[in-house]
This record gives sequence, C-alpha cells and structure tokens, in this order.
Amino acid sequence: MLGRTANGLYWMFRYIERAENIARLIDAGLRMALTRSGSTDEDWDGVLQSAGVREDFDSAHNKLTSADAIDYLLRDYSNPSSVMSCIEAARNNARMVRTALTRETWEATNECWIELKLALSKRVKPADMPEIIDTIKRSTGLIRGAFHGTMLRDDIYNFSRIGTFIERADNTSRILDVKYYVLLPAIAKVGSSLDNKQWESILRSVSAHRSYSWVYDGDYSPANIADFLILNDRMPRSLAYSYDKIVSNLGYLAKLYGDNHAAHETASATLMLLRSRTMEDIMEQGLHEFIEEFIAHNNRLGEEISDGYRFYR
Amino acid sequence: MGNTPLAFDEMINADTNPRQPYQNYHEWYEGQDRARLIAKSRDAENLFRKTGITFAVYGHEDSSEKLIPFDIIPRIISGREWRKLAQGIEQRVIALNAFLDDIYHKQEIIKAGRVPRELIERNVAFLPQMIGFKPPGGVYTHIVGTDIVRTGEDQFYVLEDNARTPSGVSYMLENRETMMQMFPELFHLNKVRPVEDYPKLLRQSLASLAPPGCSGKPRVAVLTPGIFNSAYYEHSFLADMMGVELVEGSDLRVVDGKVKMRTTRGYEAIDVLYRRVDDDFLDPLTFRPDSALGIPGIMDVYKAGNITIANAPGTGISDDKAIYSYMPEIVEFYTGRKALLENVPTWRCSEEDSLKYVLEHLDELVVKEVHGSGGYGMLVGPTASKKECAAFAEKLKARPSNYIAQPTLSLSTVPILVNKGIAPRHVDLRPYVLVSDKVQIIPGGLTRVALKEGSLVVNSSQGGGTKDTWVLED
Repeated sequence: MLGRTANGLYWMFRYIERAENIARLIDAGLRMALTRSGSTDEDWDGVLQSAGVREDFDSAHNKLTSADAIDYLLRDYSNPSSVMSCIEAARNNARMVRTALTRETWEATNECWIELKLALSKRVKPADMPEIIDTIKRSTGLIRGAFHGTMLRDDIYNFSRIGTFIERADNTSRILDVKYYVLLPAIAKVGSSLDNKQWESILRSVSAHRSYSWVYDGDYSPANIADFLILNDRMPRSLAYSYDKIVSNLGYLAKLYGDNHAAHETASATLMLLRSRTMEDIMEQGLHEFIEEFIAHNNRLGEEISDGYRFYR
Repeated sequence: MGNTPLAFDEMINADTNPRQPYQNYHEWYEGQDRARLIAKSRDAENLFRKTGITFAVYGHEDSSEKLIPFDIIPRIISGREWRKLAQGIEQRVIALNAFLDDIYHKQEIIKAGRVPRELIERNVAFLPQMIGFKPPGGVYTHIVGTDIVRTGEDQFYVLEDNARTPSGVSYMLENRETMMQMFPELFHLNKVRPVEDYPKLLRQSLASLAPPGCSGKPRVAVLTPGIFNSAYYEHSFLADMMGVELVEGSDLRVVDGKVKMRTTRGYEAIDVLYRRVDDDFLDPLTFRPDSALGIPGIMDVYKAGNITIANAPGTGISDDKAIYSYMPEIVEFYTGRKALLENVPTWRCSEEDSLKYVLEHLDELVVKEVHGSGGYGMLVGPTASKKECAAFAEKLKARPSNYIAQPTLSLSTVPILVNKGIAPRHVDLRPYVLVSDKVQIIPGGLTRVALKEGSLVVNSSQGGGTKDTWVLED
C-alpha cells in the first residue's frame, strides 16, 4: 500500500471520528443549557475548550455567545475542526484513497458529505438543532456501518481503525483535561447539584450516560466516572479501550509486514500503563498531570505511526 | 454551408420512420409512460451524484464539482456502420504511430516534402528529447480517443485525434452500467456489444508493453495530478477497475535507476505508468522545472528502458490541430492507402490565401486555436454576433498561425428526453482505442450531446451531456 494511502485512510477516519465527537460535544452543551437556569453562554466555554478551538474562536469573535459557539463548531470552514470542515476533509481523503475503499464505504462517505453540506448550508435555528445533531450521527454512523460490513480486514482496515482510535483517545482525554477539576475528590465533596450536572454532561459528551448507570449501578462518583472514561476496557470511548484497539491493529500490521516500529513500543507502553494503574494511583499522581502526559504520548504515537509507515516521506 | 435547417437525425429518418438500428428501441419507447422516463432520468442523476462521478470546472469557485448531464436515450450504431468506422479508426491509429516513429527517427515524411519541417520542429508538442528513442514495443499512443462526427447516412468525419491522454472513458462505462441498471429489458430487446471489459483490456494492453528492464510480472500504476484535477474521478475509477495503484508525483522517486513508489513497507518499482499528467509536468529535470506533479529523473529511467510511459511523451505532436490538416497525407504516406475516414476540410490560417478566405467567411466557419481544447478560445461563426466576429478577426490577424478554420458541419442529431417528449440534439462520438501489438477498438465509446437546442458545442465544460452508445451485433 502507498504511504500516502495509509495516511489518507488514517486521516479520513480521524476526521469522521472528530466530526462525530464535535456533534456529541454540542449535544452535551445543548443539554446542559436546557437543564440549567440563568446564563448559559459560559458553558460553551468548556465545550470550545474540549473541542480544542477556544483560542481560535476568540480570535474570530468579540464575545462568546452560545449561538456563535454552535455555529463555529458546526459549520464554520475557518475552523478546521468544525463538523463541516471535518466532513469535507474526510471526503477529500476518501477521494484520495478511493481505490482502497469499497463502493459502499465511499458512497456512504460521499452521501454524508452531500447531506451535511445541504443541511449546514445556512445557520441552524435552535429549533432544528436536535435534528441536525441526529443527522450528523446517523450519516457518520452509516459510513461506519458500510466500512465494517464490507471492508477486507487487511492493512487498509488497520490504518483506518488506528486513525479512529487515536482521534477518539484524543477526544476523550481532552474532555477530561477540560473537566478534570469537576472530578477531583476535594471539590466533589462539596457535592452541589451543579457538579452533578457537570458529571452528567461529561458522560453525555461521550454518549455514556446510560451505560454508566448500568456499569456502576447508578452510583455517581467522580472516581467512578474517571474510571469509566480512563480505565474501563469495555467502554468503547475510554482510553483503555482505544489503546487496546490501537495495539491490536498495530500488531496486525507488524505481523503482515514483518517489522516493528517505535510506534509499537509507545502504544504497548501506554496500554500497559492503563492496565496496571488503578484510579487511586492516578488520583494520587494527579489526574491533571496524568491526562496531560497521556495527551502528549498520544500525539507522539501519531507521529511515530506516520514516520514508521512512510505517510509523508 | 451555414445553417442547414435539417440535420441528419440518427433515430428518425426524413420519412419520420425510425431508422433501422433504432427500430427495437423506438418501438419500446412508444410504449413507455413519459412521466416514468422523466422520473428514471432523475434517478440516474442521483445515482451519478451518489457515486461521485463529477468533474471539476476550473475557475468556478462556487460550483467546484459538477455532474455531466446524462441523457437516457441511447445513441445506437449498427454493426455495419461500426465495422466501417472501426476500419477507418484502425488505419488512422496505425498511421499516427508510424508518423510519430518517423518524425522522431528518420523524418522521411519531411524529406518527402509531405509535411513542412518547421511545423514539426517549431511545434511545442514536439519533444527533441524523444529523437532517436524507441518506446517499448514501438508504441507511442497506447490509448487514443478519436473524435468522430456524422453528417449523413454514410458521411463520417474525424474531428480530432486525441493521442495524448484522452479522457471520458469512465463515462462510457458508467453510462452503460446505469442503463443496464435502469432498463434491463432494453438489453434483451437489443443485442448490444459489451464495453465493460475495457479496464481489463487496458491493463493487459499496458502490461504487454513492459519495458526491457522489467523482469517478472509487470507492475502497472496510474499517475494522477491529484484530487483537484478535473478528471480525478476517472483516474481513480480506472485504477480501481484495473486493480492497480493510483499514484501521485509525490509518491514516486527514482531509486537505483527505477521509478519506485513509497509504500508502507518501503519503495517498490513500477514498470508501466499510465500517466494522466501532461508532458510538460512529467519530469521537472527535463521539462517544466516548477512542476510538482511529476517525477524528477523519470525521463532518464525511461530512456534507459526501465519504465514504460503511456502514452509516450511527445505524442501530442500527432494530434496537434496544425498537423490535423495533414492527416489525409499522413495516413496515405504510411499505410499506402487513401484514408478510409475523411478529415473535415480545414483552412490553415498561417497560409495567406486561407487567411483571406477565413476572414471573408467568418460567419460561416468554426475557427479554433491550434493548441486549444475543451471548446475554449473558439469561434462558432454562424451563432456568433457581429461584434464577436469582429473581435475574433482582430485576434486572427494578430496571430494567424495560431488558428485553423473549418466549415460548420451540420452534425447529426439524436433525440434527448425533454419535458415534452423527445427533441433532436447534435452529437459527436469518441470511440476508445487501445494499441499494443494489436489495435483494439472498444465497440461504443462516449457520445457527447449538446443539450441546448441548436447548439453544436458538445463539450462538458460548456453545457454538453453524454449518452450511452450502443453498437449492435448484426
């Protein structure tokens, strides 16, 4: 496979994953606004931070309003992480790697782009937001469905999956990075209802508010929520689950190509870390420090994969 | 010739009866509900959009991706008509290759005084780098798209020989696919010769011309300028259908005297490169130094016999519009027989008498730029305003050798589906030809149709559409 093709697949799936994650963040933000009285524009500050675009937003806007924040996240082409930018980038990558995709996967991607381009051609009215979020989730879901249902489980599949999970781990860790203070035991002891809303928002932004109550038997505690997002290996958006998938897909590549790269070591080490620690260990080390370190490792892994498999040179 | 009121219609003859090749189709059409056909036509458009069969229009910010409109009424050619065409095309393609071989070697046609030397050697499409070099298998134009127009029952003319990188073959294939999906019954009523093995034949044809330096199974790749090229869809489609890599210049590098592509496991050699990049951009060391689309050093590898480039660099000289007018002589010179297919009579504006005639008859003629393509920079006299003609005359006088002129042919028509039923529109035809140790002509090709009533411009960049083209077995 061409290095450029591996690169295109990796980024195609990173962008699809990012588009979905941004939609989920917006969803959680909207929910928060609905369930709280008083000014809500500030809540969007956290959403923009989790999306990693807070500073860029500021340079384009004088003040933060929920309407502008939503528009910036949803359809602003000057924001490379807006849903529309992501879908456009995903489709451009898909076009570039067209020969590596099944017709079904390509068509689902192309149709997602066609549908969202139309749906997001104008500023979205608040009343239409639920439908738009739904459309984004559904049309990206169709790409995933076509991909899983039709693609050969070869290196094409592996690079796509690695892209998905690097992005997902990045996203979950960013949410934790922005909201870690809500999960700190000292603050949590205050136990105000505001914090409960914050927890729920965190879970909602990873589509886990239902599954959480099944797994932890309805017991809302900061340590459990952190555990769910970081260490739980059955939770499909947790760091541990993402790394489990990254390591296994890198493993298939090593087997197929008969060689290992720095990326294999980094990924395995990170997975080991996630498997050997308990939540208490992490809280003791400092949740914030742990997450910062994780984000740095995850970024480095992305670069090592790109070097090892000759994405660019 | 001016405006001929009644063009030859390929479906309905002068007595308002269906012509023979269209008889089964016409009978079927008469039994169809028009609303259903219009709905089908919309389905087809959605299908094309979904598949992403689009082309980019340069210079249109807001409409960067367009669909070429597809008309659901097929263009039908009888087996008898096709055999005649195919013989003429084969003769012409053989002559093109012989001509290229000659002008890059002995130049006998120049010595014989049949083609002026300066026309060749001062032509930008003539590449001195190719002098004395024989491409693998002696083939210059591996893929040719010969543009043909028709004006009557037995009158066919070659309008252009596209010997560089003819495009549009993906539309030939997708149009057929779409028709078979939408109207399977039509393929029971008519024995239509298949076109779908084109990618297979293309791959075999390319692989059979592997360079001398290739040992083992030849590795073929398609070279594209990238996703922003107007024909990118076609490049990816062909690579996909052939099952070969689609590469860009940035994927390739010359390593150890071979052209190699960067894969996830290191560099791997390519033996045959079907390039969809123009000569100018192919090798920044030999041609345009600012080209980011090509591969530095590929020409050296080529000349050392370690890669086949299809089509060969420098083939553009053979389909140049200035050369076109010499094609009857060229065909006769190399095949020893009169050209079976006629050329459109052409005035070379570089010649004083011709220029005078052209300037006096601008309102009757089509004037084209010698190096232009895509229908840009041309004047269609009969439909142009006085002002347009006058402005064009100035351009013509300033650079006469940049232009040729031809009579406005009354191109044949084939009906298209419109809201009120069917209406005749002018068409042309581009059959695709593969050259290896043999010449293979795919039965069918791309029919382009001018969708605007009365228009003679079929180019997709200017409101043209396409039709499925059927060659019947008879």
